[in-house]
Amino acid sequence: MNDLRHHFRTPLMRSPFHPRVEAANVLNAWAPWAGVTTALNFGDVAMEHSSIRNSASLYDISPMIKYAIEGPGAAAYLDRLTLRRASALPVGAVQYTSWCNDAGHVLDDGTLFRLGEDRFRLCCQERHLPWLQDSAIGFDVSIRDETEAIAGLSLQGPTSFSVLSAAGGADLASLKPFRLAEMHLGPAGPVMVSRTGFTGDLGYEIWTTPDRALDLWDHLMAAGTPHRLRPVGTEALNIARIEAGFIIANMDFICAEQVLRPDRARQPDEIGLGWMVDLDKGAFNGRNAIRAAREGGMLHWALVGLDIEGNVPAEGAELYLDGKKAVGQVTAAVWSPTTKRNLALAQIRRPWHRDAGDRLRAEIYALRELQYHKLMLRARIARRPFFNPPRRRATPPGMF
Amino acid sequence: MKDTAAPSTPRSSNCIWDAVIVGAGHNGLVTANYLARSGLDVLVVEKNDWIGGAAVSRELYPGFTYSNCSYVCSLFRPEIMRDLDLPAHGLQVLPYEGGAVFQRDGGYLATYRDHEANRREIARHSPRDAENYDRYARDLMRHCRFIRPLLMRTPPDPASFKPRDLSEMAYLARQFLALGADEAADMVRFWTMSISDYLDEYFENDTLKAYMTVAAITGTALGPMSPGTAYVLLHHYMGDVDGNIGAWGYARGGMGAVSQALAASFRGAGGTLRENAPVARILVRSGRAEGVVLEDGEEILARRVISNMDVKRTFLNCMDPTDLPEAFLGRVRSFKSRGSSGKLNIALDGAPEFPALPDGSPCLRGDLHFTDSVERAERAYDDWKAGRWSADPFQDTMIPSMIDPTMAPPGKHFMSCFVQYCPPKLRNGADGERDWTDNDRDAFGKAVIDQIEDYAPGFKQRILHVEVRTPRELEAEVGLTDGNIFQGELTFDQLLFNRPVPGYAQYRGPVPDLWMCGSSTHPGGGVMGAPGRNAAAEILRSMRGGVGNRAEMRDAYPVL
Ligand SMILES: Cc1cc2nc3c(=O)[nH]c(=O)nc-3n(C[C@H](O)[C@H](O)[C@H](O)COP(=O)(O)OP(=O)(O)OC[C@H]3O[C@@H](n4cnc5c(N)ncnc54)[C@H](O)[C@@H]3O)c2cc1C
Repeated sequence: MNDLRHHFRTPLMRSPFHPRVEAANVLNAWAPWAGVTTALNFGDVAMEHSSIRNSASLYDISPMIKYAIEGPGAAAYLDRLTLRRASALPVGAVQYTSWCNDAGHVLDDGTLFRLGEDRFRLCCQERHLPWLQDSAIGFDVSIRDETEAIAGLSLQGPTSFSVLSAAGGADLASLKPFRLAEMHLGPAGPVMVSRTGFTGDLGYEIWTTPDRALDLWDHLMAAGTPHRLRPVGTEALNIARIEAGFIIANMDFICAEQVLRPDRARQPDEIGLGWMVDLDKGAFNGRNAIRAAREGGMLHWALVGLDIEGNVPAEGAELYLDGKKAVGQVTAAVWSPTTKRNLALAQIRRPWHRDAGDRLRAEIYALRELQYHKLMLRARIARRPFFNPPRRRATPPGMF
Repeated sequence: MKDTAAPSTPRSSNCIWDAVIVGAGHNGLVTANYLARSGLDVLVVEKNDWIGGAAVSRELYPGFTYSNCSYVCSLFRPEIMRDLDLPAHGLQVLPYEGGAVFQRDGGYLATYRDHEANRREIARHSPRDAENYDRYARDLMRHCRFIRPLLMRTPPDPASFKPRDLSEMAYLARQFLALGADEAADMVRFWTMSISDYLDEYFENDTLKAYMTVAAITGTALGPMSPGTAYVLLHHYMGDVDGNIGAWGYARGGMGAVSQALAASFRGAGGTLRENAPVARILVRSGRAEGVVLEDGEEILARRVISNMDVKRTFLNCMDPTDLPEAFLGRVRSFKSRGSSGKLNIALDGAPEFPALPDGSPCLRGDLHFTDSVERAERAYDDWKAGRWSADPFQDTMIPSMIDPTMAPPGKHFMSCFVQYCPPKLRNGADGERDWTDNDRDAFGKAVIDQIEDYAPGFKQRILHVEVRTPRELEAEVGLTDGNIFQGELTFDQLLFNRPVPGYAQYRGPVPDLWMCGSSTHPGGGVMGAPGRNAAAEILRSMRGGVGNRAEMRDAYPVL
């Protein structure tokens, strides 16, 4: 059964939550994520998305790539690796961060958890073991892939605090955004809870070991039913993350390690991550290149949010200035049920990220009954996050 | 809730507002928003100590929020939500799933959002109907595609030779001619037929037909066999939730959330709202509307007066008849606004249990009905004609708290029962009429509750509080004449350029500087906002040059 030579029979792995996910996946809507079979939806994307913004949602994040970064030199190593000052991160806190190669091109973005003085966990979309290990030369640190050793559920939405409280989460009321705590959740046993997520809403991520995964799912679902908890798939999550203005590696930018056409690599400033760059913290990978690009006016691109007229989503649309000059590309787009706007993320050539005024148009081809309707819809640059409810940061959080 | 933004002392009568709007119904608030955002100094006066008119949420029992009148959202134009930034002011529309008609023999017919689940459910009752359902839905969608672009356009005056009227008439003609002969014939038949005849052309199963009838008689003093009811169905089908045409949803926090978001947006734009300010009379001096007089005698002057009240209340109750043309008054008097609906709002200690439904059925999260044949619906209407409430009432019942966590404490529920039929006056003796009494109201409420109990034994024990509303309460509280929920019936004779009165469909009253913006005007009732938006467009247009920075006002999203 477990013959490791038989991968050709099961190319995709199963998440520790698979038995529950499979039972609820009534339309058999599956898609691979990082080599794991995951649910695209549980039968109704609109209801699922609505639960993220109205009540509570459960999303399996186990496939996320996770690296344990441990040792006395871990903090110094991460300072050197990433754009932000990891050593300033208190134990029990989480940082959204990113890291670059020497050309200052972004390799990935992710969340960095400080579990102890010398213990970190880095969660991200793509695999980076060689890069992370090679960068460790000279530091007293060990890096290990722990993806399969940790199961995770993301519990997001306005009643998520109610759900987790009902599940027995103690001291939850004082847990601030980007903080984590150890808790004991009844029959689900000890878990780690972080107030993090990918929806831009009130929410938590709950981490356990694969052997206790099903207990965690069952316990949360039982506690969550009166609070209208429902499982959600990637399609609903994708709507929420666009509303929150979050980007995804290899969807909104191409990871530098994977870039085939060299002009596709992007610096942090070119994908909206410039705010992370801490030039004062000392040497880090990409620092000189980032500074040189800034000083030499060598930044060509920017990542912006767009509010597009009408209600036809602009997926894959090209952006035109004055209807003529191609200046960018939509990377993600959706009609947003929460904001009632037609939203998009786009890569756009500088300086049009600032100076386009009302001159941008999104060229949309809407296929209707075998014929295209070509639309040139006005696109206005809009601030991200498009949706940013106060409950996201409220401490203590409200009941709904 | 008190209005904190309003000045603590009313402005003295020597101040002249750019516009005073009578009534803080959702349409009044929509008009108010567009005008305030165009830089006008706008005052809204509302008779109640709460706002929203028939789009209101109130807490009548501790911990429970009711949608006291309207209870589901679909018609509200997304373009207006966007223009006025309502989501940022707290408006959130939640789709809901499923629904069921309970049958007298213990069975049920459900609807599901999933197409295949829905087809197989209908097939359980009629395999033929299950396959015809798609054709039916397609045909309805065609009618929707025709009507939706008309919602946010001012109807032309067919008797006028003004260029705008001529070109708008030409637009209508073009739309119609583009249909082709067969489709045009279908269209006209559809706009004038009874829903019963229309459904007979597609379906054989009586329970299915009864289900489809719901939206065709809602708010209308007609039975399923009365001509004109097919259009009423369309009126309820032409909305959408996030582009899902025909779907309905809840406003999170109850329908009052629509009005609250509008009020917040209005105040943000510098507008002033006064509750507890009932208008006794609209002031007409030197042949133009000059302001309003409140019941306590306070005069408020304004460059224009905009009424959100229904057309009868506006012209028959709040104006001096000598200020109005006689022919116009005659038309207003004959405008049909017969009430037909009542409502129960119920706080429940726990979810009702319907033994007919299997465990885990999503139907409880949707709309529930207890009338399993068209004939039973027609008989319920017979009672209305006879001046009685229906002994076997027709319900559109929902439990919004199944989806919305804000309306009731966890495990408890708010149930909304929309009921037909309820006549505005009750028969007294052979041909006399009398007003509703509290006893009548309670007996009506009991008929509704008994009907639910029949399908959900133990239901009564879970009731914590009930608000029962008949046309009497709707008229007294919201000011809806005869309790008609749409400020006037939605029959073809009262639509488009005939709404509310031929020659006055462009939101202008018969007196200069007097305007109308409520559901009595095109395109009619429902929490839609379109009448209020169109009225604002006309008012702003009439000011030409007079407005500096005109509010953003989108056209209807194109129908592809
Ligand atoms: C029981 C019921 C259920 C309904 N269900 C739905 C539904 O589920 N979905 C849907 O879309 N639609 C529904 N409707 C219809 C919809 O609610 C109405 O068509 C719509 O709300 C009307 O809005 P309006 O702004 O045009 O007028 P109204 O809401 O009638 O507003 C008029 C305002 O004027 C005020 N007013 C009256 N007289 C005076 C005065 N003398 N001085 C000052 N103020 C005054 C009133 O208090 C009120 O606030 C329902 C209606 C009712 C009654």
